Order: sequence, then C-alpha cells, then structure tokens
Amino acid sequence: MNDLSTRYLGLTLKNPLVVSASPLSKRLDRVRKLEEAGASAIVLYSLFEEQIINESRALDHYLSHGTESYAEALSYYPDLPHYNLEPDVYLEHLQRVKAAVAIPVIGSLNGVSRGHWTEYAAKIAQAGADALELNLYYVPTDPDLDAFEIEQMYLDLVREVRAHVHIPLALKLSPFFSALPAMARQLVAAGADGLVLFNRFYQPDIDLEQLTVVPTAHLSRAEDLLLPLRWIAILSGRVATDYALTGGVHSAHDVLKAMMAGAKVTMLASELLAHGIGRLAAIEHDLREWMEQHEYESIAQMQGSMNQHAVAEPAAFERAHYLRALNTFDNRLL
Amino acid sequence: MRQMRPRLPHAVIRSKVYPPALLAAAPAGFRSSPSRFKEFPDLIYTLQVAPEDCTGCGLCVEACPAKNKRAAGRKAINMVEQAPLREVERSSWEFFLTLPETPRAGLHLGSIKNSQLLLPLFEFSGACAGCGETPYIKLVTQLFGDRTIIANATGCSSIYGGNLPTTPYTVDAAGRGPAWSNSLFEDNAEFGLGMRLAVDKQNEQARELLLRHATTLGADLVDAILNAPQHDDAAIDAQRLRVAELKARIAATAPHNGTRVELGYLASLADALVRKSVWIIGGDGWAYDIGFGGLDHVLASGRNVNVLVLDTEVYSNTGGQSSKATPLGAVAKFAARGKATPKKDLGMLAMAYGNVYVARIAMGADDQQTLRAMLEAEAYDGPSLIIAYSHCIAHGIDMRKGLEQQKLAVQSGAWSLYRYNPQLALEGKAPFSIDSKPPSIPLEQYIYNEARYRMLAQSDAERAAQLLHQAQDAVAQRRQALEALAAQLNKGAL
Ligand SMILES: Cc1cc2nc3c(=O)[nH]c(=O)nc-3n(C[C@H](O)[C@H](O)[C@H](O)COP(=O)(O)O)c2cc1C
Repeated sequence: MNDLSTRYLGLTLKNPLVVSASPLSKRLDRVRKLEEAGASAIVLYSLFEEQIINESRALDHYLSHGTESYAEALSYYPDLPHYNLEPDVYLEHLQRVKAAVAIPVIGSLNGVSRGHWTEYAAKIAQAGADALELNLYYVPTDPDLDAFEIEQMYLDLVREVRAHVHIPLALKLSPFFSALPAMARQLVAAGADGLVLFNRFYQPDIDLEQLTVVPTAHLSRAEDLLLPLRWIAILSGRVATDYALTGGVHSAHDVLKAMMAGAKVTMLASELLAHGIGRLAAIEHDLREWMEQHEYESIAQMQGSMNQHAVAEPAAFERAHYLRALNTFDNRLL
Repeated sequence: MRQMRPRLPHAVIRSKVYPPALLAAAPAGFRSSPSRFKEFPDLIYTLQVAPEDCTGCGLCVEACPAKNKRAAGRKAINMVEQAPLREVERSSWEFFLTLPETPRAGLHLGSIKNSQLLLPLFEFSGACAGCGETPYIKLVTQLFGDRTIIANATGCSSIYGGNLPTTPYTVDAAGRGPAWSNSLFEDNAEFGLGMRLAVDKQNEQARELLLRHATTLGADLVDAILNAPQHDDAAIDAQRLRVAELKARIAATAPHNGTRVELGYLASLADALVRKSVWIIGGDGWAYDIGFGGLDHVLASGRNVNVLVLDTEVYSNTGGQSSKATPLGAVAKFAARGKATPKKDLGMLAMAYGNVYVARIAMGADDQQTLRAMLEAEAYDGPSLIIAYSHCIAHGIDMRKGLEQQKLAVQSGAWSLYRYNPQLALEGKAPFSIDSKPPSIPLEQYIYNEARYRMLAQSDAERAAQLLHQAQDAVAQRRQALEALAAQLNKGAL
C-alpha cells in the first residue's frame, strides 16, 4: 500500500486532496460526504470583510429607514431580541463542521484592508479551525497607488492577522505580481505558513443587450492548471513554505503534476461542483493506481521532484521555453 | 427617445407631443425631439422633469430603459445636483405646462406609450420617495381623467391622497378633476358603493326628466343623449358636448315656462348623463382585514364599481403590522417570528362569485398587463377587483429597486399575474388568462433582498429555512392550481 500522506501547514493529512473554499462546505450533509469520499481536509467558503463590516450597518439601515416619515408610525418592524449576522452564522457553521468531521477544517477570510474585521481571524481560531486561509483579493484601480504601497498593504494585513492567531496561516494569492518570488518571501517573513496559488478572479463580463456589467463564475478548465503549476515549480525550491495548488485540478494526473512541481496539497472545487463529490474517491483510486504502476512508494517521495531546481532543463519553466512552444505551433502550421 | 413608463410615483416626469411652431416661445434650455409616435408624425416630443417637486427617489433612473451610447452608465435620465439646474428647468417646466394637453379622443389607450401622454390628475403627493402605490393611482387618473370618482379607505393612500388642506388630486385646464373622498377603514367599500348608487340614481332621474321634456328640449338631442354609446373617450367627449348643449337649451328656456323647476333640476343632474368611473381604493389592511366584510358585500352587489387594492402586504401607515395579506415567512409586527400562515388569496375569493372581474397586477413586472387590467375593469359593467403589488418602505428594501423587486416577485411565482373577465365568458371566449410565466427563479432570490424576510433568517435561521421551504412548495402548488383553474374556466371557450 503506498503512502499518500502529506504535511501541510504542520498538519498531517492522509492524502493531498483538499476541498477548496467554495459552496461545497456550506451544508453539513455535504461536508460529511466530502469526508467519506476521501477529502483529507476542508477549506470552508470565505467570510468576507464586507460582510463583517457592512452587514450589521445595512440591516440597521433597512430596519430604521423611513421611521421618521409619518407621525402615525414610529417603526415598521418588531424588535427582535437578537440577530445572527453572517459572521456569527459563519462561526457557528464552522463549529458544526468541526463537530461533524474528523479531518482538519481550515477557515477562510477574504479581505484586503486593515481594520477590526481582522479580529475574526481570532474568532475563527476560537471556533475550532485547524488553520486559517486568508484570501488577499484586491483589484487595484487607483493610478496613484503604486505596487510598493499595495504590497505593503498586504504585508501589514498579514502581520495584523498573524498577531491575532496562533493557528497556521496560509495566504491565497493572485498571480498578478511583478515579482512573485520576492513577494512570496516577504509574505512568509511576515508570518505566512503556506501559500495557496492561485486565487481565481471572477471576471466581470458585459451583457451586450442590457448594457450592464454582469458577474460570471465559470468553473475551471484543464488548462487552468498550468499557471499555478509553473509558479509552484519556480517558487518551491526558492522560498521555503508549504504550497497548495488550486485552479484546474480535475484528475489524478493533475494531482501528481502538482506534487512533482512542489505542492504539498491540491485543492479542488470545480471538479467536485461539476461532477460530484464522488470524484474524490475516483481520483484517489487513480492516484494509487498510477503510483503502483510507476512504482512510487509515497507522495512525499515525488514532492518537488520536478521543481525548477530538480528538472534536467530548468529553463523550461522560464522564458526560453516560450520560444520552443511558439515553434511547435510554427511546425504544426507547416 | 424611448417611451416613458407609467411606473413613477410622483408625476414629476411628464411627456407631451405638440406642434413644432409652439417651440418658438420656448425658454433657453428647453429640450425637445421629433415625435416618434406613429399617431403624431409631425409633432415634437418633450419629456420634462418638475425640478422642484422631484423627491430624489431615483426610481426613474432604475426604470429608464434608455442608455447612453458613449457611457452606458448614463441613462436618458440621471440624478444630478438640483441647484445648478433649478432655474433653467423651472422655466422649462413652466413653459411645458403651457403646452396643450394631448387630446384624449382618438388616442389608443391600450398602449403604455400613449397612456403616458395623458395628463395625470394626481401629482406631487406626500407619499414616501419611491412609493409603490402612487403609480397605480396616477395611472387611474390618466386613463379615466375627470370622470373618476374615488372612495378612499383610511391608510397611506388617504394620508398622501388628502393631506388637508392640500391634495395631490388636481384639475385639468377646464377646471375638472376627479372627485375624491375618504372614509373609515371599516366601511370604505360601502362608501364607494354609495357613490355608485347616487350617480346611478341621478342618471336615472335625469333620463326620466329628459323623456318628460323631450319636446321642449328637442327630441333629437334627447334621443342622442339617451342612446349615446360611451365606450371610449371620443364617444364620451361627444356626450359631454350634448350635455353642454342640453344645459344651454335649458338656460335658454323662457323663465315663464311652467316646467322651469323641473328643467332646473335636470340641469343640476345633467352631468350624471356622462359616464362616471367609480373607484374604491385602499390598502391591504382595509381590503383583506378590517374592511373585508364590506368589500365582500359590495362585490356581491353586482354593481359597477372598480376596487383597487394597493397591496403592500402589511399595514404600512400605522407602522408595519401584519395583515392577512402578509406572506408566509415575512416578519411584521404581530408576526415577529415570521408569519406562520399563508397570504389570503383575495383574488380567488372574489373569483368564486363568477361575475366579478378580477386582476392581479404588478406594474414593475408588466406595465402593459396593468394597463389592460385597468381598462378592462373599468369597461366591465359590474364589480371589478384589482390587486396591485405595491413595494413599500416596510419591506426593508432599497426603494430605488422597488420595480426590480416587483419583477422578482413575479419571476419567483410569489406574485402571479392574471386577469379574469366575466364579460368574455358571456361572449363565449376564454375568461381567465394567466399573465405571468411559470416561476423561473427560486423564492429566496426575491425575498432575501428584503429585510422583512432577511431579519428572520438572521434571527432564527432554522425557522426561516423551514418557512422558506414551505413557501417554495406553496409556489408550485399555487401555479398548478392556477393552471388547473384556467383549464377549467376556459374549457368551453370558442
Ligand atoms: C462557486 C465557487 C465559489 C467559490 N468561493 C470561494 C470562496 O468563498 N473563497 C475562496 O477563497 N475561493 C473561492 N472559490 C475559488 C476556489 O476555492 C478555487 O480556488 C477555484 O475555483 C479554483 O479551483 P478549481 O479549479 O478546483 O475550481 C470559489 C470557486 C467557485 C467555483
């Protein structure tokens, strides 16, 4: 029996198949099924900075709105003794998930600015999370704000969150950095125990008939794997931390590639959303079969075996490879 | 230029078509464009805002279908600071008011576009900015003009409708406007029925007197008045002219004539010879609850009245108490844990009579259907009931999105649209038409935009989930029931 176990953020996981932050973790019955199907850990869907800051304000606004308009009505709603806003619901849900499964549960916070909302990192830890994933999602639109300032903002935030929690902290990053290796090193120095590559941005689209901007949430495709795969291969030999690959993991082959590039775990969302939770068991089965056939004893054995330091042709992950790729197209055209 | 919609609450946006020559007197800054109405190819069109009466609700910006080709975020209407525009727009508005009204006669009222050329006789009310009720009342006054007689139940519509000594009901250039009065919560339907009976009695007496004095007044005129068809504005205008002629002839009758007293009496009754349109208006607290016994009585009377229920699903004016119109799962005072029972189906109760015209409408979802329902209800010679979805500050919504919520209510099946017209059954045609498509979005996509539902989810998530589940099941059942009813009612149709 080959050994599928891996270590990620100081946790020993029975295999590298982690459920990515997504609605998959919203219902307890699904969470149990995820565990049964073989997930080694679950990242809960994210709690957003905006939910923490705006929700109570919005509720208060709507409940008191218009109360001054007529002398006959002093209010329009009964006073309820207590409201569970989304942050409380999230924490309660986290506790329930923890109680329902034995595998590690990782909380997820999504935000960019410093502020009291980061206290929720501590609350997530208190609610029993085994680790915290902080999703740094920021779309820079201000031309006066340069890269240095934005990077400092990220680092400040990471330090602030780090100060709130003692559980392991992973950062989910976007691929849009001019100098990702330098950024990765600074983030690790600021207190990150792991990096989750990459965050997918939900790109807004344009509806031509309505002339409106519409949000889109496409599931990933196979080729989405290549971007995080390359960067984990580049980074894993250079900046020592735990890497998780998210984006485009659909099969056992994808998991194997991620391990070889240097990831400790892969995270899956689209595949499970599209084809069901049962895919976890199938992928695990294929993983074992491949390792059997190719005589690998353990996942640990292959981790990093194809990272940029280890491969015969390190330039393949860099610019030189680009030319070769273009040439193959040339050849095909002939 | 795109068409203006009737959905705006305060009558601060008006449109007119008029001859180009009139533009000569226009003040600087007055805007106009060629008319695209096929009925008025040579006229000029202006859409004008009354700058000082705008409440800033923003509903028009949300409702406006026309977007700027160079910057799609801008619409044909945009909210901007009032101060820099005030002077120019004030003089534009004043000039606009001097332009002639579109003549009602000959204008096809079944089109939304045309209906918005008509002068509203309800304007600048004190209703909340973005009110969901007032567009319906405004439309009634546009369609039926000064022939409208309104009995108004106590509630929001009596407060903004008669904030004495002011009133938003107004008159046309001839000094004519709707007649309006307000009665109690518990007797408004009967109050309106009384208006109907009075008008009918006056009409009856006038007819008797006409016949008795036909030779003095001229047999042709009397005959024309007695047999006048009054099915549309052109025919009604013709009758008004006859009535004016009648009054002139009475005035010209020699004072020594022995019938003078009776003719004087006829003159005072003559206006009742022009068809009147009686509207009984109130909220759901009146229609579903406190005034329901009377409403039922009036519907059963068979008399020609039009009942308009402005259904906000809660007692709005007194501060959000639950009514029998409050839906399952909504939080209201006296239903703090979310209403445990479903909304009463007032429309189906009325339909059970078989001879009552019934329509359920939501202007934000389908204004064309709203327009049709109003015209059909008014044309039906018997009792009519129109139940109109009215978004409200008591729903806990961003009021700019009120029309959007109406659309979601219909798409989710929480509020289905239909019309039942007994007249069609008499003609052998299908009387029942379901005007909304089968539910296409889950209920939560509609209800959780509203604090009245969200607050339960946030205070007692389990109960909210359970009520949502029940309500979602009920949506499917109601749709099935509607379709079965349609099949049954329309069975024998030609
Ligand atoms: C419907 C949906 C919801 C998601 N919600 C979150 C979220 O709340 N927080 C987060 O960090 N990532 C979220 N993601 C991103 C996933 O965690 C994952 O990183 C991304 O989908 C790429 O992985 P995949 O190719 O396996 O789908 C979501 C993705 C999907 C498809």
